[in-house]
Amino acid sequence: MSHSAPGSNAPGMPPAVKAEGLHVTRGHKKILRGVDFAMETGRITGLLGPSGSGKTSLMRCIVGVQRLTAGSVEVLGRPAGTPSLRHDVGYVTQAPSVYTDLSVEANVRYFGAMHGVSAADTAEAIAAVGLETLARQRTADLSGGEFSRVSLACALVSRPKLLILDEPTVGLDPVLRAELWERFAAMAEAGTTLLVSSHVMEEASHCSSLLLLREGLLLAQLSPAELSERGHSNDLEQAFLHIIRETSGVPNRRSANERQVAS
Amino acid sequence: MNPRMMFATTKRVLDQLRHDHRSVALIMVVPALLLTGVYYLYENETLPPGFPRTFDRVGLMMLAIFPFVVMFLVTSITMLRERTSGTLERLLTTPIHKADLLFGYALAFSIMAALQSLVATAVAYWIFNLDIKGGPGYVVMIAVINAVLGVALGLLCSAFARTEFQAVQFMPVVVIPQILLCGLFVARDHMNSLLEGISNVLPLTFSVDALQQIADNTEATQTMWQDAGIMAAIVIGVLVLASFTLRRRTS
Repeated sequence: MSHSAPGSNAPGMPPAVKAEGLHVTRGHKKILRGVDFAMETGRITGLLGPSGSGKTSLMRCIVGVQRLTAGSVEVLGRPAGTPSLRHDVGYVTQAPSVYTDLSVEANVRYFGAMHGVSAADTAEAIAAVGLETLARQRTADLSGGEFSRVSLACALVSRPKLLILDEPTVGLDPVLRAELWERFAAMAEAGTTLLVSSHVMEEASHCSSLLLLREGLLLAQLSPAELSERGHSNDLEQAFLHIIRETSGVPNRRSANERQVAS
Repeated sequence: MNPRMMFATTKRVLDQLRHDHRSVALIMVVPALLLTGVYYLYENETLPPGFPRTFDRVGLMMLAIFPFVVMFLVTSITMLRERTSGTLERLLTTPIHKADLLFGYALAFSIMAALQSLVATAVAYWIFNLDIKGGPGYVVMIAVINAVLGVALGLLCSAFARTEFQAVQFMPVVVIPQILLCGLFVARDHMNSLLEGISNVLPLTFSVDALQQIADNTEATQTMWQDAGIMAAIVIGVLVLASFTLRRRTS
Protein backbone atom coordinates (compact mmCIF):
# COMPACT_ATOMS: atom_id res chain seq x y z
CA MET A 1 0.00 0.00 0.00
CA SER A 2 1.33 3.37 -0.90
CA HIS A 3 0.84 6.68 0.80
CA SER A 4 2.17 8.52 -2.20
CA ALA A 5 0.77 11.83 -3.33
CA PRO A 6 -1.91 11.96 -6.00
CA GLY A 7 -0.47 12.32 -9.46
CA SER A 8 2.18 9.68 -8.97
CA ASN A 9 0.00 7.06 -10.68
CA ALA A 10 0.92 5.63 -14.06
CA PRO A 11 0.72 8.46 -16.58
CA GLY A 12 -2.11 8.34 -19.08
CA MET A 13 -4.36 6.41 -16.72
CA PRO A 14 -7.81 8.01 -16.90
CA PRO A 15 -9.34 8.96 -13.55
CA ALA A 16 -11.82 6.47 -12.08
CA VAL A 17 -14.11 9.30 -11.06
CA LYS A 18 -14.21 12.84 -12.36
CA ALA A 19 -16.62 15.43 -10.99
CA GLU A 20 -17.06 18.89 -12.42
CA GLY A 21 -19.04 21.77 -10.97
CA LEU A 22 -21.14 19.45 -8.87
CA HIS A 23 -24.18 21.14 -7.31
CA VAL A 24 -26.89 19.38 -5.31
CA THR A 25 -29.83 21.25 -3.82
CA ARG A 26 -32.50 19.63 -1.69
CA GLY A 27 -35.46 21.95 -1.23
CA HIS A 28 -33.86 25.28 -0.43
CA LYS A 29 -30.83 23.67 1.14
CA LYS A 30 -27.61 23.70 -0.84
CA ILE A 31 -25.97 20.35 -0.10
CA LEU A 32 -23.08 20.55 -2.56
CA ARG A 33 -21.97 23.92 -3.88
CA GLY A 34 -19.68 23.37 -6.85
CA VAL A 35 -17.36 20.44 -6.24
CA ASP A 36 -14.58 19.47 -8.67
CA PHE A 37 -12.23 16.57 -8.19
CA ALA A 38 -10.75 13.49 -9.82
CA MET A 39 -10.08 10.10 -8.26
CA GLU A 40 -7.21 7.93 -9.36
CA THR A 41 -7.74 4.33 -10.39
CA GLY A 42 -6.53 1.67 -7.97
CA ARG A 43 -6.18 4.04 -5.03
CA ILE A 44 -8.00 4.65 -1.78
CA THR A 45 -9.46 8.11 -1.64
CA GLY A 46 -10.69 9.32 1.71
CA LEU A 47 -13.71 11.60 1.90
CA LEU A 48 -13.46 13.52 5.12
CA GLY A 49 -15.51 16.18 6.73
CA PRO A 50 -17.81 16.87 9.63
CA SER A 51 -21.25 15.28 9.58
CA GLY A 52 -23.63 17.30 7.44
CA SER A 53 -20.84 18.41 5.12
CA GLY A 54 -22.33 16.58 2.12
CA LYS A 55 -20.24 13.38 2.15
CA THR A 56 -23.16 11.02 1.63
CA SER A 57 -24.69 13.19 -1.11
CA LEU A 58 -21.36 13.29 -2.90
CA MET A 59 -21.11 9.50 -2.73
CA ARG A 60 -24.67 9.14 -3.97
CA CYS A 61 -23.76 11.35 -6.95
CA ILE A 62 -20.97 8.95 -7.88
CA VAL A 63 -23.20 5.90 -7.46
CA GLY A 64 -25.75 7.64 -9.66
CA VAL A 65 -28.71 7.63 -7.28
CA GLN A 66 -28.59 11.35 -6.51
CA ARG A 67 -30.32 13.84 -8.75
CA LEU A 68 -27.83 16.56 -9.68
CA THR A 69 -28.81 20.22 -9.73
CA ALA A 70 -25.83 21.12 -11.91
CA GLY A 71 -22.49 19.73 -12.97
CA SER A 72 -21.42 16.28 -14.07
CA VAL A 73 -19.87 13.12 -12.70
CA GLU A 74 -18.04 10.66 -14.89
CA VAL A 75 -17.38 7.19 -13.47
CA LEU A 76 -15.02 4.75 -15.19
CA GLY A 77 -15.38 6.83 -18.35
CA ARG A 78 -19.18 6.85 -18.37
CA PRO A 79 -21.70 9.32 -16.91
CA ALA A 80 -22.65 8.32 -13.35
CA GLY A 81 -25.87 6.32 -13.29
CA THR A 82 -25.30 4.66 -16.68
CA PRO A 83 -26.93 1.19 -16.49
CA SER A 84 -23.72 -0.65 -17.42
CA LEU A 85 -22.03 0.90 -14.37
CA ARG A 86 -24.31 -1.06 -12.04
CA HIS A 87 -22.04 -4.06 -12.62
CA ASP A 88 -18.90 -2.11 -11.79
CA VAL A 89 -19.81 0.11 -8.87
CA GLY A 90 -20.42 -1.23 -5.37
CA TYR A 91 -22.07 0.96 -2.74
CA VAL A 92 -22.24 0.35 0.99
CA THR A 93 -24.57 2.78 2.71
CA GLN A 94 -23.87 4.11 6.17
CA ALA A 95 -26.79 2.25 7.76
CA PRO A 96 -26.30 -1.43 6.89
CA SER A 97 -28.89 -2.27 4.23
CA VAL A 98 -29.38 -6.02 4.35
CA TYR A 99 -32.30 -8.32 5.04
CA THR A 100 -32.28 -8.85 8.79
CA ASP A 101 -34.53 -11.92 8.62
CA LEU A 102 -32.14 -13.77 6.30
CA SER A 103 -28.89 -15.53 7.09
CA VAL A 104 -25.56 -13.91 6.25
CA GLU A 105 -25.12 -16.37 3.40
CA ALA A 106 -28.61 -15.78 1.97
CA ASN A 107 -28.02 -12.03 1.93
CA VAL A 108 -24.69 -12.27 0.14
CA ARG A 109 -26.03 -14.91 -2.24
CA TYR A 110 -29.00 -12.73 -3.17
CA PHE A 111 -26.95 -9.62 -3.95
CA GLY A 112 -24.45 -11.86 -5.74
CA ALA A 113 -27.25 -13.25 -7.90
CA MET A 114 -27.68 -9.78 -9.39
CA HIS A 115 -24.20 -10.18 -10.84
CA GLY A 116 -24.42 -13.87 -11.63
CA VAL A 117 -21.66 -14.88 -9.24
CA SER A 118 -20.87 -18.46 -8.16
CA ALA A 119 -21.27 -20.08 -4.75
CA ALA A 120 -17.50 -19.85 -4.35
CA ASP A 121 -17.66 -16.07 -4.82
CA THR A 122 -20.32 -15.87 -2.12
CA ALA A 123 -18.17 -17.85 0.29
CA GLU A 124 -15.16 -15.72 -0.56
CA ALA A 125 -17.00 -12.45 0.10
CA ILE A 126 -18.14 -13.77 3.48
CA ALA A 127 -14.60 -14.88 4.31
CA ALA A 128 -13.28 -11.47 3.26
CA VAL A 129 -15.19 -9.82 6.09
CA GLY A 130 -14.35 -12.62 8.54
CA LEU A 131 -17.86 -13.99 8.98
CA GLU A 132 -17.27 -17.59 7.79
CA THR A 133 -18.27 -19.06 11.12
CA LEU A 134 -21.47 -17.01 11.23
CA ALA A 135 -22.54 -17.63 7.62
CA ARG A 136 -25.68 -19.49 8.61
CA GLN A 137 -26.68 -17.11 11.39
CA ARG A 138 -29.67 -14.89 10.98
CA THR A 139 -28.41 -11.35 10.35
CA ALA A 140 -30.70 -9.90 13.01
CA ASP A 141 -28.90 -11.98 15.67
CA LEU A 142 -25.49 -10.51 14.91
CA SER A 143 -23.70 -7.74 16.78
CA GLY A 144 -23.55 -4.23 15.31
CA GLY A 145 -20.07 -4.66 13.90
CA GLU A 146 -20.86 -8.05 12.36
CA PHE A 147 -24.04 -6.61 10.93
CA SER A 148 -22.24 -3.85 9.07
CA ARG A 149 -19.73 -6.37 7.73
CA VAL A 150 -22.59 -8.34 6.16
CA SER A 151 -23.51 -5.17 4.31
CA LEU A 152 -19.91 -4.86 3.13
CA ALA A 153 -19.80 -8.50 1.98
CA CYS A 154 -22.92 -7.88 -0.11
CA ALA A 155 -20.96 -5.22 -2.02
CA LEU A 156 -17.69 -7.20 -2.25
CA VAL A 157 -19.43 -10.22 -3.77
CA SER A 158 -19.73 -8.56 -7.19
CA ARG A 159 -16.01 -7.63 -7.24
CA PRO A 160 -16.74 -4.02 -8.20
CA LYS A 161 -14.11 -1.92 -9.97
CA LEU A 162 -15.16 1.05 -7.88
CA LEU A 163 -16.25 0.60 -4.28
CA ILE A 164 -17.99 3.44 -2.46
CA LEU A 165 -18.05 2.99 1.31
CA ASP A 166 -19.97 5.36 3.54
CA GLU A 167 -18.40 5.32 7.02
CA PRO A 168 -17.60 1.59 6.93
CA THR A 169 -15.61 1.56 10.15
CA VAL A 170 -18.15 3.24 12.44
CA GLY A 171 -18.85 1.10 15.48
CA LEU A 172 -16.02 -1.36 14.79
CA ASP A 173 -13.41 -2.15 17.39
CA PRO A 174 -9.79 -1.14 16.68
CA VAL A 175 -8.70 -4.65 15.70
CA LEU A 176 -11.47 -5.02 13.15
CA ARG A 177 -10.90 -1.53 11.86
CA ALA A 178 -7.23 -2.30 11.23
CA GLU A 179 -8.17 -5.56 9.48
CA LEU A 180 -10.66 -3.75 7.27
CA TRP A 181 -8.12 -1.12 6.25
CA GLU A 182 -5.68 -3.92 5.37
CA ARG A 183 -8.37 -5.46 3.21
CA PHE A 184 -9.05 -2.13 1.49
CA ALA A 185 -5.33 -1.71 0.84
CA ALA A 186 -5.12 -5.20 -0.68
CA MET A 187 -8.09 -4.43 -2.88
CA ALA A 188 -6.54 -1.20 -4.08
CA GLU A 189 -3.32 -3.10 -4.79
CA ALA A 190 -5.36 -5.47 -6.96
CA GLY A 191 -6.71 -2.54 -8.96
CA THR A 192 -9.96 -1.63 -7.20
CA THR A 193 -10.64 2.05 -6.71
CA LEU A 194 -12.08 2.89 -3.30
CA LEU A 195 -13.78 5.94 -1.91
CA VAL A 196 -14.11 5.74 1.86
CA SER A 197 -15.84 8.39 3.92
CA SER A 198 -15.11 8.99 7.54
CA HIS A 199 -15.37 11.70 10.10
CA VAL A 200 -12.49 10.19 12.06
CA MET A 201 -9.38 11.96 10.87
CA GLU A 202 -6.98 9.30 12.12
CA GLU A 203 -8.27 7.03 9.36
CA ALA A 204 -7.04 9.53 6.77
CA SER A 205 -3.52 8.13 7.00
CA HIS A 206 -4.69 4.93 5.27
CA CYS A 207 -5.67 6.83 2.13
CA SER A 208 -3.49 7.94 -0.73
CA SER A 209 -5.60 10.98 -1.43
CA LEU A 210 -8.00 12.96 0.72
CA LEU A 211 -11.02 15.03 -0.20
CA LEU A 212 -11.76 17.51 2.56
CA LEU A 213 -15.38 18.54 2.45
CA ARG A 214 -17.05 21.21 4.52
CA GLU A 215 -20.49 22.75 4.12
CA GLY A 216 -20.81 21.47 0.57
CA LEU A 217 -17.49 22.86 -0.57
CA LEU A 218 -14.28 20.97 -1.31
CA LEU A 219 -11.66 22.64 0.90
CA ALA A 220 -8.77 20.69 -0.56
CA GLN A 221 -7.67 17.52 -2.28
CA LEU A 222 -4.31 16.40 -1.00
CA SER A 223 -2.31 13.48 0.38
CA PRO A 224 -2.08 12.85 4.14
CA ALA A 225 1.52 14.14 4.05
CA GLU A 226 0.42 17.33 2.35
CA LEU A 227 -2.40 17.68 4.87
CA SER A 228 -0.06 17.62 7.85
CA GLU A 229 2.25 20.02 6.06
CA ARG A 230 -0.47 22.49 5.10
CA GLY A 231 -2.17 22.14 8.47
CA HIS A 232 1.11 22.49 10.37
CA SER A 233 0.48 19.38 12.48
CA ASN A 234 1.28 15.69 12.40
CA ASP A 235 -2.05 15.18 14.08
CA LEU A 236 -4.33 15.03 11.03
CA GLU A 237 -7.30 16.20 13.05
CA GLN A 238 -5.46 19.32 14.14
CA ALA A 239 -4.24 19.82 10.58
CA PHE A 240 -7.79 19.60 9.25
CA LEU A 241 -9.03 22.06 11.86
CA HIS A 242 -6.23 24.40 10.88
CA ILE A 243 -7.22 24.28 7.23
CA ILE A 244 -10.86 24.91 8.15
CA ARG A 245 -9.88 28.00 10.16
CA GLU A 246 -7.59 29.12 7.38
CA THR A 247 -10.27 28.84 4.68
CA SER A 248 -13.02 30.37 6.79
CA GLY A 249 -10.82 33.32 7.70
CA VAL A 250 -10.78 32.70 11.45
CA PRO A 251 -7.39 33.69 12.88
CA ASN A 252 -5.28 30.74 14.01
CA ARG A 253 -4.38 31.54 17.57
CA ARG A 254 -2.49 28.29 18.00
CA SER A 255 -0.85 28.20 14.61
CA ALA A 256 2.50 29.38 15.90
CA ASN A 257 2.63 26.52 18.42
CA GLU A 258 1.53 24.02 15.88
CA ARG A 259 4.19 25.13 13.47
CA GLN A 260 6.76 24.41 16.11
CA VAL A 261 5.31 20.97 16.78
CA ALA A 262 5.22 20.12 13.12
CA SER A 263 8.75 21.18 12.33
CA MET B 1 -36.34 -8.84 -17.65
CA ASN B 2 -33.82 -11.33 -16.39
CA PRO B 3 -35.21 -14.67 -15.13
CA ARG B 4 -32.18 -15.29 -12.91
CA MET B 5 -32.72 -12.06 -10.97
CA MET B 6 -36.46 -12.58 -10.86
CA PHE B 7 -36.21 -16.12 -9.47
CA ALA B 8 -33.50 -15.03 -7.03
CA THR B 9 -35.95 -12.41 -5.76
CA THR B 10 -38.77 -14.95 -5.49
CA LYS B 11 -36.50 -17.29 -3.58
CA ARG B 12 -35.33 -14.51 -1.29
CA VAL B 13 -38.88 -13.38 -0.47
CA LEU B 14 -39.98 -16.96 0.25
CA ASP B 15 -36.84 -17.47 2.31
CA GLN B 16 -37.72 -14.41 4.40
CA LEU B 17 -41.24 -15.69 4.88
CA ARG B 18 -40.02 -19.19 5.76
CA HIS B 19 -38.16 -17.83 8.78
CA ASP B 20 -41.40 -16.26 9.99
CA HIS B 21 -43.33 -19.34 11.10
CA ARG B 22 -46.16 -17.37 12.61
CA SER B 23 -46.93 -15.50 9.39
CA VAL B 24 -46.83 -18.74 7.40
CA ALA B 25 -49.25 -20.33 9.85
CA LEU B 26 -51.56 -17.32 9.67
CA ILE B 27 -51.52 -17.33 5.88
CA MET B 28 -52.27 -21.05 5.67
CA VAL B 29 -54.74 -21.56 8.50
CA VAL B 30 -56.72 -18.35 9.01
CA PRO B 31 -58.77 -18.46 5.77
CA ALA B 32 -59.78 -22.06 6.46
CA LEU B 33 -60.78 -21.14 10.04
CA LEU B 34 -62.79 -18.13 8.89
CA LEU B 35 -64.49 -20.28 6.30
CA THR B 36 -65.45 -22.66 9.09
CA GLY B 37 -66.94 -19.68 10.92
CA VAL B 38 -68.94 -18.69 7.85
CA TYR B 39 -70.24 -22.26 7.54
CA TYR B 40 -71.54 -22.35 11.12
CA LEU B 41 -72.95 -18.83 10.75
CA TYR B 42 -75.43 -20.15 8.20
CA GLU B 43 -75.75 -23.60 9.76
CA ASN B 44 -79.33 -23.15 11.00
CA GLU B 45 -80.82 -21.31 8.06
CA THR B 46 -84.11 -22.71 6.82
CA LEU B 47 -84.28 -23.07 3.08
CA PRO B 48 -87.18 -23.77 0.74
CA PRO B 49 -86.55 -27.09 -1.00
CA GLY B 50 -84.22 -26.84 -3.98
CA PHE B 51 -82.90 -23.46 -2.86
CA PRO B 52 -79.05 -23.22 -2.65
CA ARG B 53 -77.42 -22.77 0.75
CA THR B 54 -76.12 -19.27 1.52
CA PHE B 55 -72.78 -20.90 2.36
CA ASP B 56 -72.47 -22.09 -1.23
CA ARG B 57 -72.62 -18.50 -2.39
CA VAL B 58 -70.86 -16.62 0.44
CA GLY B 59 -68.29 -19.32 1.16
CA LEU B 60 -67.31 -19.38 -2.48
CA MET B 61 -66.80 -15.60 -2.54
CA MET B 62 -64.74 -15.85 0.63
CA LEU B 63 -62.37 -18.24 -1.14
CA ALA B 64 -61.46 -15.39 -3.47
CA ILE B 65 -61.59 -12.51 -1.00
CA PHE B 66 -59.27 -14.00 1.67
CA PRO B 67 -56.18 -14.30 -0.52
CA PHE B 68 -56.79 -10.79 -1.81
CA VAL B 69 -56.90 -9.27 1.69
CA VAL B 70 -54.07 -11.34 3.16
CA MET B 71 -51.69 -10.82 0.25
CA PHE B 72 -52.42 -7.09 0.15
CA LEU B 73 -51.39 -6.78 3.79
CA VAL B 74 -48.37 -9.07 3.63
CA THR B 75 -47.04 -7.42 0.48
CA SER B 76 -47.54 -3.82 1.50
CA ILE B 77 -45.71 -4.37 4.79
CA THR B 78 -42.89 -6.41 3.22
CA MET B 79 -42.36 -3.85 0.47
CA LEU B 80 -42.53 -0.96 2.90
CA ARG B 81 -39.79 -2.63 4.95
CA GLU B 82 -37.76 -2.96 1.77
CA ARG B 83 -38.19 0.74 1.12
CA THR B 84 -37.40 1.92 4.64
CA SER B 85 -34.49 -0.44 5.39
CA GLY B 86 -32.45 0.87 2.47
CA THR B 87 -32.35 -2.53 0.78
CA LEU B 88 -34.55 -1.25 -2.06
CA GLU B 89 -32.22 1.64 -2.79
CA ARG B 90 -29.31 -0.74 -2.64
CA LEU B 91 -30.99 -3.23 -4.96
CA LEU B 92 -31.64 -0.47 -7.46
CA THR B 93 -27.89 0.26 -7.61
CA THR B 94 -27.40 -3.32 -8.87
CA PRO B 95 -28.23 -4.48 -12.40
CA ILE B 96 -31.66 -5.78 -11.31
CA HIS B 97 -34.52 -4.58 -13.51
CA LYS B 98 -37.58 -3.14 -11.76
CA ALA B 99 -39.74 -5.77 -13.47
CA ASP B 100 -37.51 -8.54 -12.05
CA LEU B 101 -38.12 -7.19 -8.58
CA LEU B 102 -41.88 -6.70 -8.94
CA PHE B 103 -42.56 -9.96 -10.75
CA GLY B 104 -40.23 -11.75 -8.34
CA TYR B 105 -42.42 -10.49 -5.51
CA ALA B 106 -45.64 -11.29 -7.38
CA LEU B 107 -44.45 -14.84 -8.08
CA ALA B 108 -43.40 -15.50 -4.48
CA PHE B 109 -46.71 -14.37 -3.04
CA SER B 110 -48.66 -16.14 -5.78
CA ILE B 111 -47.07 -19.38 -4.67
CA MET B 112 -48.13 -18.65 -1.11
CA ALA B 113 -51.61 -17.69 -2.31
CA ALA B 114 -51.95 -20.89 -4.32
CA LEU B 115 -51.07 -22.95 -1.24
CA GLN B 116 -53.45 -20.89 0.88
CA SER B 117 -56.38 -21.26 -1.49
CA LEU B 118 -55.67 -24.99 -1.93
CA VAL B 119 -56.10 -25.40 1.83
CA ALA B 120 -59.21 -23.21 1.97
CA THR B 121 -60.79 -24.75 -1.12
CA ALA B 122 -60.11 -28.26 0.14
CA VAL B 123 -61.81 -27.41 3.44
CA ALA B 124 -64.78 -25.89 1.60
CA TYR B 125 -65.21 -28.91 -0.69
CA TRP B 126 -64.37 -31.84 1.52
CA ILE B 127 -65.46 -30.73 4.96
CA PHE B 128 -68.37 -28.45 4.19
CA ASN B 129 -69.41 -30.00 0.85
CA LEU B 130 -69.40 -26.75 -1.09
CA ASP B 131 -72.03 -27.34 -3.75
CA ILE B 132 -71.26 -25.56 -7.02
CA LYS B 133 -71.42 -26.77 -10.62
CA GLY B 134 -67.91 -25.80 -11.77
CA GLY B 135 -64.62 -27.47 -10.87
CA PRO B 136 -62.43 -26.53 -7.88
CA GLY B 137 -59.46 -25.95 -10.21
CA TYR B 138 -61.12 -22.82 -11.59
CA VAL B 139 -61.92 -21.60 -8.08
CA VAL B 140 -58.25 -21.89 -7.14
CA MET B 141 -57.26 -20.13 -10.36
CA ILE B 142 -59.51 -17.15 -9.60
CA ALA B 143 -58.27 -17.12 -5.99
CA VAL B 144 -54.66 -16.95 -7.20
CA ILE B 145 -55.42 -14.12 -9.64
CA ASN B 146 -57.08 -12.30 -6.75
CA ALA B 147 -54.02 -12.86 -4.58
CA VAL B 148 -51.78 -11.43 -7.28
CA LEU B 149 -54.12 -8.44 -7.46
CA GLY B 150 -53.61 -8.02 -3.70
CA VAL B 151 -49.83 -8.25 -4.22
CA ALA B 152 -49.88 -5.66 -7.01
CA LEU B 153 -52.01 -3.21 -5.02
CA GLY B 154 -49.85 -3.79 -1.94
CA LEU B 155 -46.68 -3.03 -3.91
CA LEU B 156 -48.26 0.16 -5.22
CA CYS B 157 -49.73 1.34 -1.90
CA SER B 158 -46.47 0.79 -0.03
CA ALA B 159 -45.09 3.76 -1.97
CA PHE B 160 -47.59 6.07 -0.29
CA ALA B 161 -46.95 4.94 3.27
CA ARG B 162 -44.00 6.00 5.38
CA THR B 163 -44.61 3.68 8.30
CA GLU B 164 -46.10 0.24 8.75
CA PHE B 165 -48.91 1.90 10.68
CA GLN B 166 -49.83 3.98 7.64
CA ALA B 167 -49.54 0.95 5.37
CA VAL B 168 -52.17 -0.88 7.39
CA GLN B 169 -54.48 2.13 7.09
CA PHE B 170 -54.62 1.60 3.35
CA MET B 171 -56.65 -1.52 3.90
CA PRO B 172 -59.93 0.30 4.69
CA VAL B 173 -59.27 2.59 1.73
CA VAL B 174 -58.31 0.07 -0.91
CA VAL B 175 -59.72 -3.27 0.19
CA ILE B 176 -62.98 -2.72 2.06
CA PRO B 177 -64.82 -0.70 -0.64
CA GLN B 178 -64.11 -3.52 -3.06
CA ILE B 179 -65.53 -6.10 -0.65
CA LEU B 180 -68.64 -3.97 -0.01
CA LEU B 181 -69.34 -3.35 -3.68
CA CYS B 182 -68.29 -6.64 -5.26
CA GLY B 183 -71.79 -8.14 -5.06
CA LEU B 184 -71.26 -10.16 -1.90
CA PHE B 185 -73.64 -8.15 0.29
CA VAL B 186 -76.03 -6.73 -2.29
CA ALA B 187 -76.43 -7.94 -5.86
CA ARG B 188 -74.84 -5.32 -8.05
CA ASP B 189 -77.95 -4.72 -10.17
CA HIS B 190 -79.80 -3.72 -7.01
CA MET B 191 -77.34 -0.94 -6.16
CA ASN B 192 -78.01 2.69 -7.02
CA SER B 193 -76.44 3.78 -10.28
CA LEU B 194 -73.51 5.59 -8.65
CA LEU B 195 -72.46 2.62 -6.52
CA GLU B 196 -73.03 0.23 -9.39
CA GLY B 197 -70.90 2.46 -11.61
CA ILE B 198 -68.08 2.34 -9.06
CA SER B 199 -68.45 -1.40 -8.60
CA ASN B 200 -68.22 -1.87 -12.38
CA VAL B 201 -64.63 -0.68 -12.40
CA LEU B 202 -63.36 -2.29 -9.18
CA PRO B 203 -61.17 -5.34 -9.83
CA LEU B 204 -62.72 -7.57 -7.17
CA THR B 205 -66.10 -7.27 -8.97
CA PHE B 206 -64.71 -9.23 -11.90
CA SER B 207 -63.51 -12.08 -9.73
CA VAL B 208 -66.86 -12.35 -7.96
CA ASP B 209 -68.54 -12.39 -11.35
CA ALA B 210 -66.13 -15.11 -12.50
CA LEU B 211 -66.89 -17.17 -9.40
CA GLN B 212 -70.61 -16.88 -10.06
CA GLN B 213 -69.96 -18.17 -13.56
CA ILE B 214 -68.08 -21.12 -12.10
CA ALA B 215 -70.88 -21.78 -9.61
CA ASP B 216 -73.60 -21.78 -12.27
CA ASN B 217 -71.91 -23.71 -15.06
CA THR B 218 -70.22 -27.11 -15.21
CA GLU B 219 -67.93 -25.95 -18.03
CA ALA B 220 -65.78 -22.82 -18.05
CA THR B 221 -67.74 -20.05 -19.75
CA GLN B 222 -66.63 -17.33 -22.10
CA THR B 223 -67.63 -14.74 -19.47
CA MET B 224 -65.43 -16.40 -16.85
CA TRP B 225 -62.39 -16.29 -19.11
CA GLN B 226 -63.22 -12.70 -19.99
CA ASP B 227 -63.39 -11.77 -16.28
CA ALA B 228 -60.12 -13.57 -15.61
CA GLY B 229 -58.53 -11.78 -18.57
CA ILE B 230 -59.68 -8.37 -17.31
CA MET B 231 -58.33 -9.18 -13.84
CA ALA B 232 -54.97 -10.16 -15.32
CA ALA B 233 -54.86 -6.94 -17.32
CA ILE B 234 -55.63 -4.91 -14.18
CA VAL B 235 -52.85 -6.74 -12.32
CA ILE B 236 -50.33 -5.91 -15.06
CA GLY B 237 -51.53 -2.30 -15.10
CA VAL B 238 -51.13 -1.94 -11.32
CA LEU B 239 -47.67 -3.56 -11.45
CA VAL B 240 -46.63 -1.07 -14.14
CA LEU B 241 -47.89 1.78 -11.93
CA ALA B 242 -45.97 0.26 -9.01
CA SER B 243 -42.80 0.19 -11.11
CA PHE B 244 -43.06 3.98 -11.49
CA THR B 245 -42.80 4.28 -7.72
CA LEU B 246 -39.40 2.54 -7.77
CA ARG B 247 -36.93 5.30 -8.52
CA ARG B 248 -33.27 4.70 -9.07
CA ARG B 249 -32.44 8.37 -8.73
CA THR B 250 -33.87 10.57 -5.97
CA SER B 251 -33.24 14.11 -4.83
